[in-house]
Amino acid sequence: MKILFFASLKERLDCSELTLDIEQPCSIAQIREQLINKGEPWTSALSAANLLMALNQEVATSDTQVTQNDELAFFPPVTGG
Amino acid sequence: MIKVQTEDFDITEIHQYLRDAAPAKTGAICMFTGLVREFGDQSDVRAIELEHYPGMTEKQLKHIVNQAKDRWPILASCIIHRVGELRLDEQIVAVAVSSSHRAAAFEACSFIMDYLKRDATIWKKELGEKNHWVEAKKSDHQKADAWHK
Repeated sequence: MKILFFASLKERLDCSELTLDIEQPCSIAQIREQLINKGEPWTSALSAANLLMALNQEVATSDTQVTQNDELAFFPPVTGG
Repeated sequence: MIKVQTEDFDITEIHQYLRDAAPAKTGAICMFTGLVREFGDQSDVRAIELEHYPGMTEKQLKHIVNQAKDRWPILASCIIHRVGELRLDEQIVAVAVSSSHRAAAFEACSFIMDYLKRDATIWKKELGEKNHWVEAKKSDHQKADAWHK
């Protein structure tokens, strides 16, 4: 699956996109846990309580289920306008 | 019309677009333009940099317009949001709404802007002495949430 990162999170991770193979459907929380386990800077950046998520460009929550062909995104609170 | 673009926009063209959209029916056009100012989270802002989520942002803006259409008799609307690096005094965003009567145009324009600020996947970084990602404001959430009442 494709995972995207935006704004301050992208800068902190020095990564805008990565591909992750998942064998079976799981929750976004489980994906996040895998990323947190990659060590710094992933651990602190992905642990931020205010991070938001989108699955296939729709707002999602930690419980939302993901599959191999999905596009998942993590980003900080929005500040446009 | 919904666009997320790096290029500047011309508000007279947006105005004309709305005038042409519903001839003889349009009684009011309300427009908002947001500009880059020298102070924000920091006091020495010389430019801002805007990033968005291509695809998702446009879909969200469309959804916001649809929500506005459910509440007010909108004849035509336009949202243009710029991304990339913008210097002081440059235009950032335009929201324009036309209706037969002014109250609907004023309110719908304000609603769209409040929802855009709360929901749209756009992020702003201030460029100054230091570069700083702007923090989300609680007041922006409160303004959008107030429309639920």
